[in-house]
Amino acid sequence: MTEYRFESVPEVRDGLRKVDYLSDEGIAGIVYLADRLKKPILVEGPAGTGKTQLAKSVAEMIGARLIRLQCYEGLDEAKALYEWNYKKQLLRIQAQRGNDSWDEVEEDLFSDEFLLERPLLEAIRATEPVVLLIDEVDRVEVETEALLLEILSDYQVSIPELGTIEAKQIPLVFLTSNNTRELSEALKRRCLFLHIDYPDMEREKEIILTKVPDITENLADQVARIVRSLRQLELKKSPSVSETLDWANTLMLLGVEQVDAEVASSTANILLKYQSDIAKAVREFAADKQGMKAFAPGPK
Amino acid sequence: MTDHSDPALVNGDDDNLGDLRVAGEPLLDLLNGFIGELREAGLPVSLTENLDAMAAIRHIPMEDREAFKYALAATLVKNNAHWRSFETVFEVYFSLRGSKYGLDDDSLEQDLADLLDDDERDGAGDEGSGQSGQGGGDGLTPEELQQLLYQAMMKGNESLMKAIARQAVKRFAGMEPGRPVGGTYYLYRTLRNLDLEGLLEKMMEQRREQAEADGHELSKLEERLEQDEYEHRIDALKKEIEAEIRRRLVADRGIEAMAKTLRKPLPEDVDFMHASREEMVGLRKALIPLTRRLAVRLARKRRHNRRGPLDFRRTVRASLSYGGVPAEPKFRHPRPHKPEIFVIADISGSVAAFARFTLMLVYAISGQFSKVRAFVFIDGIDEVTSYFEGVEDVTEAVHRVNTEADVVWVDGHSDYGHAFEVFHNKWGKDIGPKTTVIILGDARNNYHASQSWVVKEMQHRARHVYWLNPEPKSYWDTGDSIVGDYAAYTDGAYECRNLRQLEKFVEKLA
Repeated sequence: MTEYRFESVPEVRDGLRKVDYLSDEGIAGIVYLADRLKKPILVEGPAGTGKTQLAKSVAEMIGARLIRLQCYEGLDEAKALYEWNYKKQLLRIQAQRGNDSWDEVEEDLFSDEFLLERPLLEAIRATEPVVLLIDEVDRVEVETEALLLEILSDYQVSIPELGTIEAKQIPLVFLTSNNTRELSEALKRRCLFLHIDYPDMEREKEIILTKVPDITENLADQVARIVRSLRQLELKKSPSVSETLDWANTLMLLGVEQVDAEVASSTANILLKYQSDIAKAVREFAADKQGMKAFAPGPK
Repeated sequence: MTDHSDPALVNGDDDNLGDLRVAGEPLLDLLNGFIGELREAGLPVSLTENLDAMAAIRHIPMEDREAFKYALAATLVKNNAHWRSFETVFEVYFSLRGSKYGLDDDSLEQDLADLLDDDERDGAGDEGSGQSGQGGGDGLTPEELQQLLYQAMMKGNESLMKAIARQAVKRFAGMEPGRPVGGTYYLYRTLRNLDLEGLLEKMMEQRREQAEADGHELSKLEERLEQDEYEHRIDALKKEIEAEIRRRLVADRGIEAMAKTLRKPLPEDVDFMHASREEMVGLRKALIPLTRRLAVRLARKRRHNRRGPLDFRRTVRASLSYGGVPAEPKFRHPRPHKPEIFVIADISGSVAAFARFTLMLVYAISGQFSKVRAFVFIDGIDEVTSYFEGVEDVTEAVHRVNTEADVVWVDGHSDYGHAFEVFHNKWGKDIGPKTTVIILGDARNNYHASQSWVVKEMQHRARHVYWLNPEPKSYWDTGDSIVGDYAAYTDGAYECRNLRQLEKFVEKLA
């Protein structure tokens, strides 16, 4: 039995805090559990809530190398797992033409020397601790998902010519998804599921305080409150954490100490990316609370 | 299966916790029951996930309630939309486990008394410090409890708020063992006694006074933010009260019975016609990711079907780089077929919610269609396409449809026949061979003439005509429903009671 990386949930939490990632009970608990159960974590949630950052921060926390596989439509085995280095193989054949028997050449050609490692294989074969991040896994087609299954459940890669390569050490694996499509049952079943939503106000305020240098407590509080109010509106795209941070940074640059309706309205374009959302927000900043109730379409 | 209402277990004595912690009999049974209930509620839990959950709780002790909950969720729930259903079942199954969560009225009194003492020490000199000195919650008059609540809420003191919530339930809900009343009734009784509306007013008033005392007035934005904050706290209080009521009900009736009554359908299974207000909110939230998913899927589908006939000219041209050998055949891209959509929706009371959702969904993915036109009717019919044009916010447009469209002709009772006739006269000619017509409604025609020849005429001109009916199929053609008359002339009439069915249909459409 290998040793566990973490002793307890609070340890994970404190460790993440040290690398400036403010987790909550759920996040820390699941990272801890992933280590104990040796299971990958499937992280889902709205854009800009720190899904990718979580993997990076965990890697930083345990001092591991981060290996990243960015998914996209059309990703295949050769890009994700391994590839034979055809050119080198060709050279090998040409270089010693006639001297070797065919058997020797064949054995030689499909050896380690001619294997190009791609991220998944790299993570499996690494001897030092690594964290494997499979980013935006929902972008690959359903069929391609199958590539991942073997590595996710057994931490091994089968190469027909070489046999099965098993992991030297079990890497921590994170998969992120923006939920543009339903992932297959087979994939979900192999993972622990973590949904990272927008943080609650207290946590968001803390995030602002850690990530924006020199911001006053008062301003951070105001920013967090306004963002919370905005998220309650029905918007096309709610402000994400990264947008909140951008906004806080902007306010700092502008030397704002107190956010009023005017400042909020004039800088709303940093938080919101759709004109209709901005218009709605500006209207909300200025209007009374009662005005907003009228928009909720009720039964006729 | 052991009896879950075993009193020792329910009270969660400390002795018993030892047994619970290891994966021995009791916890195993509990977990099995829990997973069974999750499956009943419609969550897909596989055997491997079940085993994972067992393994997980070995590592996360149950006393750490939040972590325990997340551990179970991480292994059992793989879709965020299912979280609410999971949480409800979890509360029912585990709300009484663990000493902190037991239902012990003595400890309740003690808690409140302790907290009050703490609070007094913190805020010595605050008003009302004299009256709470006597300790026990029972000693308080309702007014004093109100006052206490007000103070707790102003300060945002969570533990005191929790204690008060429990006290309030004990006192106001009037729960009696074995009484066959639902939890909502108790909730209503408790909330009525607490007068939360008044509380909010009072808190806002106090905040304004405070601001004035500090020498500045609250701007509208500030006021808004303060109110959001207080509403947030009041919501938390409500949740606490609900949880307490649930705990007591579980203690009274047993886990299985409560799990059954509290079972909530998943958002995609909620019936449009009978959704509660709360479910509606959930539905609308589920709609946004759904449209995004649909749009991606449809776009992908279209891209993948891109293989047209051989493009001779380009093939020859490409062959030049291979010395005249046509090694790389080129194909024409077929013009992607994007249908033109006509939505004709009944928006009378009974089916309004359904029409609203369908309109929202269709417009949210309107990029997948070459053109979308919308008509709404009750007994008159009106075109509402312009409401959606150039508007980014579909919700607002739908709201305008509901309030501004001119759909009443005589009495505001559905008259499909008349509406169709007018449609035919005014817009019938606009239907062409590229058009797909979708008619939404329950076809409850109040015994008017059906005028089904209009639908026949539509089918003649259009590419497809579909009918979506939010009623269960078994109700079709009963009473004044004449969906059969119309369905005969459509390319398909579909039962469309929930998001799942609606999603399936829309995907077929594009």
